[in-house]
Amino acid sequence: MLAGSAAIFALVMLLLLIAYRRTPASHQSERRQERFWLYGLGLAFPLVTLAALLIYGLVLGETLLPKASENVVTVRAEARQWSWSFGYADAAGRRTQGVLHIPAGRPVDVEITSLDVVHSFWAPRLAGKLDAIPGQVNVLRIEAAAPGEYHGVDAEFSGPGYSGDAFTVIAHDPAGWGAFLGRSKE
Amino acid sequence: MNALARHRALSRIWSSEPGWRGVISTVNHSDIGRMFLLVATLFFLIGGVLAMLIRTQLATPHSAFVAPAIYDQIFTMHGTVMMFLFAIPLFEGAAVYLLPKLLGTRDLAYPRLSAYGFWCYVFGGLMLVFAMLAGLAPDSGWFMYPPLSSSAHSPGVNADFWLIGVTFVEVSAIAAAVEICVSILKFRAPGMSLDLMPIFAWYALVTALMILMGFPPLILGSILLELERAFGFPFFESALGGSPLLWQHLFWLFGHPEVYIIFLPAAGVISTVLPVMARTRLLGYRWIVAAAVALAFLSFGLWVHHMFATGIPHMGLAFFSAASTLVAVPTGIQIFAWLGTLWKGQPRLTLPMLYIIGFFFTFVIGGLTGVMVAIVPFDWQAHDTAFVTAHLHYVLFGGFVFPMLAGLYYWLPQFTGRKRFFRIGEMAFWLIFLGFNGAFLAMHWVGLLGQRRRIAWYPEDAGWTEINLMSSISAFIMAIGVAMVVFDIALHALLAIRGSRNPWGAGTLEWAMPTPPAAYNFASIPIVGDREPLAKDPALANKIARGEYFLGAPRGDLRETLTVDAASGRPEALVIFPGNSTLPIALAAATGAAFLGALIRVYWVIPLALLFVVGLSLRWGWSQRQATHSGLQNVGRATLLPQAIETDRSPGWWGSVFLLGADTVLYGSLFFGYAFLWTVGPNWPPPQWLSLSILELALGLIGAAAAAVGLQAAARAVSRGSPPSLGVLLALTGVAITIAALAMTLTRAGQLTDYAYGATIFVMIAYALIHAAIAAIMTSSLAYRTWRGGAARPRTSNVNIVRLWTDYAAFVAATSLIATQFSSYLT
Repeated sequence: MLAGSAAIFALVMLLLLIAYRRTPASHQSERRQERFWLYGLGLAFPLVTLAALLIYGLVLGETLLPKASENVVTVRAEARQWSWSFGYADAAGRRTQGVLHIPAGRPVDVEITSLDVVHSFWAPRLAGKLDAIPGQVNVLRIEAAAPGEYHGVDAEFSGPGYSGDAFTVIAHDPAGWGAFLGRSKE
Repeated sequence: MNALARHRALSRIWSSEPGWRGVISTVNHSDIGRMFLLVATLFFLIGGVLAMLIRTQLATPHSAFVAPAIYDQIFTMHGTVMMFLFAIPLFEGAAVYLLPKLLGTRDLAYPRLSAYGFWCYVFGGLMLVFAMLAGLAPDSGWFMYPPLSSSAHSPGVNADFWLIGVTFVEVSAIAAAVEICVSILKFRAPGMSLDLMPIFAWYALVTALMILMGFPPLILGSILLELERAFGFPFFESALGGSPLLWQHLFWLFGHPEVYIIFLPAAGVISTVLPVMARTRLLGYRWIVAAAVALAFLSFGLWVHHMFATGIPHMGLAFFSAASTLVAVPTGIQIFAWLGTLWKGQPRLTLPMLYIIGFFFTFVIGGLTGVMVAIVPFDWQAHDTAFVTAHLHYVLFGGFVFPMLAGLYYWLPQFTGRKRFFRIGEMAFWLIFLGFNGAFLAMHWVGLLGQRRRIAWYPEDAGWTEINLMSSISAFIMAIGVAMVVFDIALHALLAIRGSRNPWGAGTLEWAMPTPPAAYNFASIPIVGDREPLAKDPALANKIARGEYFLGAPRGDLRETLTVDAASGRPEALVIFPGNSTLPIALAAATGAAFLGALIRVYWVIPLALLFVVGLSLRWGWSQRQATHSGLQNVGRATLLPQAIETDRSPGWWGSVFLLGADTVLYGSLFFGYAFLWTVGPNWPPPQWLSLSILELALGLIGAAAAAVGLQAAARAVSRGSPPSLGVLLALTGVAITIAALAMTLTRAGQLTDYAYGATIFVMIAYALIHAAIAAIMTSSLAYRTWRGGAARPRTSNVNIVRLWTDYAAFVAATSLIATQFSSYLT
């Protein structure tokens, strides 16, 4: 996408530069000029480029959608001004503040909602962002490839405490995940 | 009469009053246009200072420059000022000043309305400036998402300043848009068919139509949010049947077209200036018109791309993603038409052209990053980061400020009649261009590294420190460049030497007059047979001054011009404009008092202020100037035309059509909200429905029908020459019955604070009630005229205007009653 954009930008700048460097061909008919500049560059060129880009985006978007899968883990994220609280379907009653625990290497559905204003759940290295809206639950599919700590933030302006509104996602290996769930049973 | 005598006579008729009285009583479009441009520029400087404060805050990590509470006000006001108090008014000012000169006429369709719009803008802007100086400025971000902007989370008066101040300014935008539409369609030089219009007029027409379509959803949203804040009507509260997403839809229904409302006038400037600088004509005039219209249509189909991260179903995302990428096609057509025009001609590297090259560089980058964020997976990451802030500044600064600076330097000789002497503008360009790109390229980068927009501070270990510092330094370089432009213009106005009349060798009519322009623009109204009349006939300016065309003989103290058939440009009627008047500023003050009453919550002020509004409006309508005798008028060149107010469709009728168009969009948005809460809102259905009352429904429908039929009969009677007493009486009775029916329904809307359903029904019926009241006032005025008889006797044009408004009120009453009374059966 970046390379393509750079090429288009270079093309426009080049055409602009040449306009100043050349002697105009006065014999060209207006109709021919329209055909080249408007049908060709104005209409056909963007249509083809954009269609390709759009299809690419939609296919990619489809693969990012949550799909039904056997080993999906469901967790719940509740935003408020200015902290995050997390709950776990596999460990009823267990809540963590500011830290979300997930298993690594397994798809996780995060059910996102808000208790006050609009926030947005964003762990950049795990997935894109999805808004936390009061009265509504949005589901985001995330997956951590390897165990470790991942940074997350609130990504929709939510008032004076917005800048520091962050959370951590800890991805466990199977043993660690089991230990985390087990601890909650005690 | 020689040219000098004609100039003196016309100047006496058209000039505004001397001194400060002239400022408040002028209705002349050149004056109003200049005032608009000046005030909009002041707001640009205010917004710019706010931007510098933002960059100061972000220049270092853990900044202690201002606390988040103040910082939130600063960035909210930066966006608000730039969008509502700078960009739109600057377009209005440019259009108000230029259009009559481009179109070959002497003033806009409604001179007093231009003045009214200007004062509404000034008063609304002052409210927001006051809020800022008092430290009470809005602080929820310029798109004001509830519940953050609701009273629970923003208890102060800050958000009210936004909702009420911005809505007040939007009244001015709607007024200007109606004015621009009618002026372009009806007030042109004879012979100028739509196909021969200067390209800027096409862009202005499309932009004005977009304002009429795009602003009403936000006005509605602001009214609803203010009702929620002031009285607890829970439109946006999910627990009580509302939805915070309803605001987002209404806001972006406005907000996305807004981007094109800002871009299109700038594109109009480029399409005008660039061919002149290339010493040729625009390539693909019709293509460009089609592209502008296509942009307008497409822009209303992609508001949801601002909401990709709100959990919209994937199919919906695909549709809006497609529409968002498609919008690049008409933009591409314009870009390549301009490049083709440059290839066709022999481009000069003048100062306006330098700014246009700056536009190409910046806007193409902005367009390409725009395509990137239209791709959903990319947007999920880039959304709400500095990348998006950078993208929108490339589009808005590149797509609006650079072209407007090109326009400024292009038309400067026309404004002042002077020649640029100092070469400050070139240096300023390089500072602005390099500063801008330094500041915002850096923001793309830091956004991709994960910096969110609107943060007040960031930690040292984020790795953003150097990039932000570079961005801040560049921003200050840009600010120095802007200050130099201001300095350059001031020097120009005070010191520069007189220049020639048409320094660029342009072909459009604004250069076929003495500069600075006289108050009446054209000593006689030229006949146009070419897109560039001045290029076709270089002697045109002298012929105009010698009075060889229409209305070359001034009569008494009448400000005269012509209207034409909208499509062909065939002359149709003689218009006599009102003279200088303080009515506009008084009406704007009365309107402002109503808004102020809502703001400080002293509600008894509102009906009092509205009483003044109605009184002044009636006086406005009654104080029309007309010729000394009725019947056909001699407009010169052996042509006889009727007076516009003696035709069936006067300018007032045309204005009503466009205003009602915008009103219909507002009503439609209300229906959208009703349906949205019904189908998408959480916690629906309501605990209690409005029960069906056959009595209210029947009364309302019968009353509405009687009002419409009565005025139809009145119109027939007037066209036969007999008094319309019977029809008017029937209409009055009908309107009264409708009002009674609506009032009965209104009282049954239930506990308005308990549930969004009841509150929505209340607003729908109240909307119908307000329109029935307007119809009642207008019909009463018609009745009074009929009773007085003689010279006051209503004309066909009067009845037709009242008919439009009453028919609309009848339509609204009927549909709102049906939609609410049957709601319990719809589940």
